[in-house]
Amino acid sequence: MNKSELIEALAQDINIPHREAAAITNTVIETMTEALARGESIEIRGFGSFVIKKYDAYEGRNPKTGKKIQVRPKKLPFFKVGKDLREKVNVGK
Amino acid sequence: MNSSNLTRKDLAEAISNQLGYPQSSCADIVDSFLDTMKQALLDGETIKLVHFGTFSVRDKQPRRGRNPRTGESITIKKRQTVSFRPSKKLREQINV
Repeated sequence: MNKSELIEALAQDINIPHREAAAITNTVIETMTEALARGESIEIRGFGSFVIKKYDAYEGRNPKTGKKIQVRPKKLPFFKVGKDLREKVNVGK
Repeated sequence: MNSSNLTRKDLAEAISNQLGYPQSSCADIVDSFLDTMKQALLDGETIKLVHFGTFSVRDKQPRRGRNPRTGESITIKKRQTVSFRPSKKLREQINV
């Protein structure tokens, strides 16, 4: 599902107007984005956590041409699923 | 680098401050939002949030592992997990 479908699902789940569900969804996503942009982690019990991992610069290769390139230091967000959601999603099919 | 941690409580505060809901109901609003996301994932849906990223349920293949304490060899069964792929926009915002 995309964001507008998530908004619609939330509006139906708790019986609020679409416009309010959209404002809530956008606020949550923006607040999380801003925290990650500041380098903070996010920890939401039962759902999961996000941490920023830092990578030093390294010498990589363009896989297509084989040419060496210098990769600059970078940060990437990682998500780790929380225990409750992990156990529920893991139905062992 | 800031080492602080954003929690459910901070999300509730943001909703109260920015949208003007009474503080008492914001914890429930955050929980409802998270429940909606969880239910979608449990239904096997992939959730694509533009400018943020994509959550999906993925199968992990069975593999041989070891009990690190006893060194005993065990088989880790096939299992499902939730993965998140950050969008380009989010990666850019983290690296400015």
